[in-house]
Amino acid sequence: MENNQNIIELKHISRTFEDGFRAVSDFNLEVKRGEFVTFLGPSGCGKTTTLRMIAGFDMPTEGEILLNGQDISKLPPNKRPINTVFQRYALFPHMNIFENIAFGLKLKKMPREEIKKKVKKVLELVDLEGFEKRSVSTLSGGQQQRVAIARALVNEPEILLLDEPLGALDLKMRKEMQIELKAMHDELGITFIYVTHDQEEALTMSDKIVVMSEGKIQQIGTPEDIYNEPQNAFVADFIGESNIFNGIMTGTMQARFAGGHFQCVDDVPEGTQITAVVRPEDIELTAPEQGQIRGKVISVIFKGIHYEITVQSGRYEVVIQSTKSAEVGSVVGMKVEPDGIHIMIAENNTNVFPVDMNRNHRLEFNGTELDTSLTQLIKGSRRNEEHELLDENGEVIDPEKIHIIASIEPQDIRMTDDVDDEQVLIEGTISNLIYKGDHYSYVINTDLGQDFIVDDEYLWNMDDRVGLILPLDKMRFQVKK
Amino acid sequence: MRFSRKTLGIPYAVFLLLFVVAPLLVLFYYAFTNGKGEFTLQNLTDFFTDPNTLGTLAYSLAIAAVTTAVCLLIAYPVAYILATSKLKAKSVIIMIFVMPMWINFSLRITALKEILTLVEGNLARYPFLNSVIGMTYDFLPFMILPIYNTIVKLDGSLTEAARDLGANDRMAFLRVTLPLSLPGIISGISMVFLPAMTNYVVLDMLYNSTYIMGSLISSYFAAFNWHGGSMIALVLLGIICLFTLLSDSGDEKTARTGGALL
Amino acid sequence: MSRKIVRIAVPVLVLLFLYVPILILALYSFTDATQIGAIRSFTLKNYVTLFSTEELRSMIVGTILLALGAALLATILGTLGAIGSFYSRKRTSSAIATVNQIPVINADVVTGFSLCILLVVVFGVSKDSYIPLVVGHVTLCAPFVYLSVIPKLKQMDSSLYEAAMDLGATPAQALFRVVIPQILGGMVSGFSLAVTLSLDDYFIATYTKPATFDTISTYVVNATRGSQTDIKTALWALSTLIFVLVIVIVGVMNFNSGRAQKKEAEKA
Repeated sequence: MENNQNIIELKHISRTFEDGFRAVSDFNLEVKRGEFVTFLGPSGCGKTTTLRMIAGFDMPTEGEILLNGQDISKLPPNKRPINTVFQRYALFPHMNIFENIAFGLKLKKMPREEIKKKVKKVLELVDLEGFEKRSVSTLSGGQQQRVAIARALVNEPEILLLDEPLGALDLKMRKEMQIELKAMHDELGITFIYVTHDQEEALTMSDKIVVMSEGKIQQIGTPEDIYNEPQNAFVADFIGESNIFNGIMTGTMQARFAGGHFQCVDDVPEGTQITAVVRPEDIELTAPEQGQIRGKVISVIFKGIHYEITVQSGRYEVVIQSTKSAEVGSVVGMKVEPDGIHIMIAENNTNVFPVDMNRNHRLEFNGTELDTSLTQLIKGSRRNEEHELLDENGEVIDPEKIHIIASIEPQDIRMTDDVDDEQVLIEGTISNLIYKGDHYSYVINTDLGQDFIVDDEYLWNMDDRVGLILPLDKMRFQVKK
Repeated sequence: MRFSRKTLGIPYAVFLLLFVVAPLLVLFYYAFTNGKGEFTLQNLTDFFTDPNTLGTLAYSLAIAAVTTAVCLLIAYPVAYILATSKLKAKSVIIMIFVMPMWINFSLRITALKEILTLVEGNLARYPFLNSVIGMTYDFLPFMILPIYNTIVKLDGSLTEAARDLGANDRMAFLRVTLPLSLPGIISGISMVFLPAMTNYVVLDMLYNSTYIMGSLISSYFAAFNWHGGSMIALVLLGIICLFTLLSDSGDEKTARTGGALL
Repeated sequence: MSRKIVRIAVPVLVLLFLYVPILILALYSFTDATQIGAIRSFTLKNYVTLFSTEELRSMIVGTILLALGAALLATILGTLGAIGSFYSRKRTSSAIATVNQIPVINADVVTGFSLCILLVVVFGVSKDSYIPLVVGHVTLCAPFVYLSVIPKLKQMDSSLYEAAMDLGATPAQALFRVVIPQILGGMVSGFSLAVTLSLDDYFIATYTKPATFDTISTYVVNATRGSQTDIKTALWALSTLIFVLVIVIVGVMNFNSGRAQKKEAEKA
């Protein structure tokens, strides 16, 4: 039936702001009629911008938005059969509840009697019968929220957009509204697109979750998929608590990570570099000799339903959730069943960036000359008396025409907070960090606009300003044709 | 074309260009040209060599300075007493102090003139004194209001904190209230000083004599000397700019020291 | 004890300074005296003169019409300007805000004189057309309307406009049904400020008005130079009437805001 039809499709949507900031890049999504889809991600990940493009408040710089197969990306918001519930409700303060809800219907020139009927019905739906004459300022946050939902729903939109609608409510109210919203969705059969940064909210309510980070989709899937089979370290780290380790496949469904050997269920070829994700609740505490790995308990925190136990195993830190406590300082074993391990093929984190050849025919990056031999790099080249670089035919090489790519591994880059250090090649700000058991993996937004991935054993703070030292002997260069 | 909220600003932007920017450009042009449209510095040198104009400049600066000082000396205590009073109706009382601003100034000056004449007889006998009285009478509310607004918004716990830390009343006032009310004082000064330099009508009405900067423009105007008048207007504009820059930077400074104090 | 006396005495003395001249003039406006002195007999003749002299009547009506007209134009222009600049790029809006400050801080003499030169001397517009006068008063008032509307726009929840569009309003409908009601308070206070500024103006009017037209200010200033005592004392009556009117307006405003506050308090 209609249920299998895509109500809305986003194709290669990108949004670059006037200042050059790319809020969303190459976003592709299909939403089926009646689905509850959630955009999940940290603030600034582009989820609200995407929602605003669907609503029509923002226009994509590239790509198209298809509603029932029709491109609507150039249509103004008032021409789209889509309504929005705003983050801070955006109720019109100079109108009472009835006038707020009737706003859209009056614009459609609907007869007054019909408007009255519809408003009454929708107020019943949100449990606010008889609130017509009340003014906005007399309502509590939760009630305003309901009015905002009613005001959108009364227009019978094909899609309801909800922009962090529960963000301003207290915890108890939020839980209640989550259940009610879900019930409303099931009852009305309208497609919901929901934006939140709260992973628990996303997992409870959605049919489909779109995890976003830095303007890109990280994973699309059901809540179960996202939780159990995260596609990359970001998703694993963002959804729930996880232990994330770098490792390698040592045989058929055999992996080595965190200093131990493990059976797993993912069939990845031997020798592949991997990232292993183990949820804290999937680790069992055992006697020291019975575990796959062992370590010393360094902290125990009681969390109500369980204990959160941190164990130092060699250079790795492992977090465990257990109903049984352990003694700080004691040595314990840790055991993980094969299905408790999620193996992902390691992302290739090698940093690749272009370097220039300058007028002196030397390599240069970000204004600093790199002391490396170009004659070795470019086959058959040599220097003449003026130190100009000649190609194999003896002609002077034009710096504009040669493209050289440098690469360096994340663990070979050093970070320093002394940005004036003369070894520093480039400065940037830490925009992301993930703990990987024995080190942190950082994403540095550099001033050139390029992101660098840096592994470092020490904890730096988000938004720290750092200088990157790229040792010359660790860099590899390649001439690009 | 899609309707945009930005385009709504165009009529006003055009209006500002036509009737605010253009007149100033014309003023510049006239100040530096003569009747034949040739470039000249004559008007400038005339202004700064004529003892008459220089005397007027000095006299109006003196009147403005004294008027401002007198207004401040009267307004500060009044604003402070009202702002710190525990009366519930203080917003009504401040309204009473400000109300004269809404009565046409020429009618108020008429009233003042009648009273002063009764007391002094011929007002032209003490021109400076009467100028200051007239201007103070006219501008006093403009000094009271900003100072009152600043003090009334001060957090009462600040003086209590100062007292708690061992300051006596006088110290608490000098070290806390006074510095924090500086922004109000500065805005009051700028609302009094500039009009006091230019509002020649007050003097004109009081004793038929007008020896301040504003009146120079009027006399050139009466003589159809646009070029000389433009130069006077330009000099006034320069003084206003200087004064605004000074009070702005003063504002920033007090904001900063205020911040440091907190 | 002495502190208490000072706290009462200082404000009272200043109030006396501000009000005694107005009150004495009010008292004498009901007498037949031509200057302050001994009162011989009470009469309403000044009020009769005020309303029966054609010259005085047309001057008052002219002043009020000018004030209302200029304030209306200024409110439209200033509000449009504020909305446009608020939603423009930062550079555009700060440029508008800067130029907007010029008439605010400039001396009225300079504003009036420069407008007169531009319109009358350069463009040859006749003062008798009233155009220079109206332009002058709008220039005086519009910046203040702009300044009172901008804060209301800043206070407004920025998603209200989007919410209106989302619910099917065209941009124009969103502006009139949602944005304008939100900034109406700023527009009203801008309008009343504009009216008082125009009523109180002397300088811009002198440099731009037609020779045969007078505002209250220009008329009173000229009258003090003249020797027509019946006109002079009729102006005392005018002063008294304006004084009473101001008291009434302030009283009503206070009463209303007091009631609004009380309502708020009851709600909370």
